Amino acid sequence: MSWFRRKKPKITELVDDKERTVRTEGVFIKCSECGAALYKGELEESEYVCPKCGYHFRMGARERLKRLFDNGIYEPLDEGVMSSDPLEFFDSKSYKQRIEEAKAASGLPEAVVTGKGVVGGHLVFAGVMDMSFIGGSMGSAVGEKITRLIERAIKERGAVVIFSASGGARMQEGILSLMQMAKISAALGRLHEERLPYISVMTDPTTGGVTASFAMLGDVNIAEPKALIGFAGPRVIEQTIRQKLPKGFQRSEFLLEHGMLDMVVDRRQMRQTIIRLLDFMMNDSLTRK
Amino acid sequence: MSDKTAFDRVQLARHPDRPYTLDLIGKIFDDFVELHGDRRFSDDAAIVAGFASIEKMQVAVVGHQKGRDMQSRKARNFGMPKPEGYRKALRVMKIAEKFSRPVITFVDTPGAYPGIDAEERGQAEAIAYNLREMARLRTPVIVVVIGEGGSGGALAIGVGDRILMMENAIYSVISPEGCAAILWKDASFAPKAAQALRLTAKDLFEFGVVDEVVPEDDGWFVSDETTSSLLKRSILKHLSDLCLLSTEELLRLRYEKFRKMGLFFEASF
Ligand SMILES: [Zn+2]
Repeated sequence: MSWFRRKKPKITELVDDKERTVRTEGVFIKCSECGAALYKGELEESEYVCPKCGYHFRMGARERLKRLFDNGIYEPLDEGVMSSDPLEFFDSKSYKQRIEEAKAASGLPEAVVTGKGVVGGHLVFAGVMDMSFIGGSMGSAVGEKITRLIERAIKERGAVVIFSASGGARMQEGILSLMQMAKISAALGRLHEERLPYISVMTDPTTGGVTASFAMLGDVNIAEPKALIGFAGPRVIEQTIRQKLPKGFQRSEFLLEHGMLDMVVDRRQMRQTIIRLLDFMMNDSLTRK
Repeated sequence: MSDKTAFDRVQLARHPDRPYTLDLIGKIFDDFVELHGDRRFSDDAAIVAGFASIEKMQVAVVGHQKGRDMQSRKARNFGMPKPEGYRKALRVMKIAEKFSRPVITFVDTPGAYPGIDAEERGQAEAIAYNLREMARLRTPVIVVVIGEGGSGGALAIGVGDRILMMENAIYSVISPEGCAAILWKDASFAPKAAQALRLTAKDLFEFGVVDEVVPEDDGWFVSDETTSSLLKRSILKHLSDLCLLSTEELLRLRYEKFRKMGLFFEASF
């Protein structure tokens, strides 16, 4: 670890209570699945997974990054890349206003947070999406941050790990959002040719243009239990076929059964699982020291 | 015709007398050998793919296909492909790569099919995989948006070295109706959404997404030979330009083309 600390003095350790997605006004938090009253500290301890029923609460991006990297240490990347308003989009409120509100509400600069660090001794470039920023939607800034992440991994011979959580491409940036799918996928094509690992972790929910681009392109595709994962949203499908969807449709376990995922992994085992996969896919000297 | 609203163009792009892929194959190419099936599950009639010749050049052609009467519309699933359609498309593109033949794709779909079976067979994966593989296909690819460019279902055959767009075609991240339903909570706001989404050929040209807009007269209909021959001339010009490049140069330029798409703000701390 020390080599890394020396090289980059900018490394920060981040835990910020207001960035947690779980509401923490009280000491007890009610599990939305089983109804159990959970002690706040207990829930933090179990990585926001209900100890009674295994329900996975949504988790903030920074919290997730911190829990991924060795000793919670990483270097944040491209924090200055943020959405502009290329279409001057306006519906019931302006897109500019939505961006400002999202920043204030989420405490994040964008719907994805990226960082560089070490995971189980392996050099990893990780990105984590966050639903609390305009539904985790992907516009130009998200596309740019993820593309830069992949390009950095190629340059520095690291692995890419991306945790997705997204409603899809961001409508307010129109065609430019759609093109981020192609931009990121092209970068992943280069990563693939460089024979560097990419692990995709889908969390609840991962839909639309994010699923139909980088989320499905992992060397290994992982999902958290019971996450909603799909191309079309369930409501759109119901309207198209005019019938109710079967129970469990588009959930992680359904995708595993249909061959779209390699594994469904409990969050509490996620870091160890990623390290095990990287041990196979990375032949780096770091681990052997 | 610059006095058209965005929604006028949406309606022209969806007009049932607008040329579809098979119409264009008849107009622009000398012959066509259609190939079928994805070798995985089935043959999707919402996408046609095969070998064609254009001015004695051998090319692969891939395109969305809509139907005109009720029966063929159903058979073509209204031009909405399932995963097997995208996998067939890529299979034929890979054959073109193998034999160093350029690929021409025609984009005209309301979107990828949103249904149970499509999800089960990996709609998202099929699209994603095409995006990655088309970005690195070692042969020239020309994309023409001829009608409706419906989101990811369009893009899945839309990654290439040149993106041409017909004047009254549209290309959007979401349909105006879908956007209106979500943001205005009322699908009847579609004309307003169409305006806001900036989905016309002119808009896309200004955003640097489209390389050339092929002019139409007052719309483009099957009977209209002038516009189709303009499109043919444009395809030939780009084909000859692209064939001058080495494969490495071609792939580098294609990467850079998509790499610079998007507009964002960068603060320095
Ligand atoms: Zn519970």
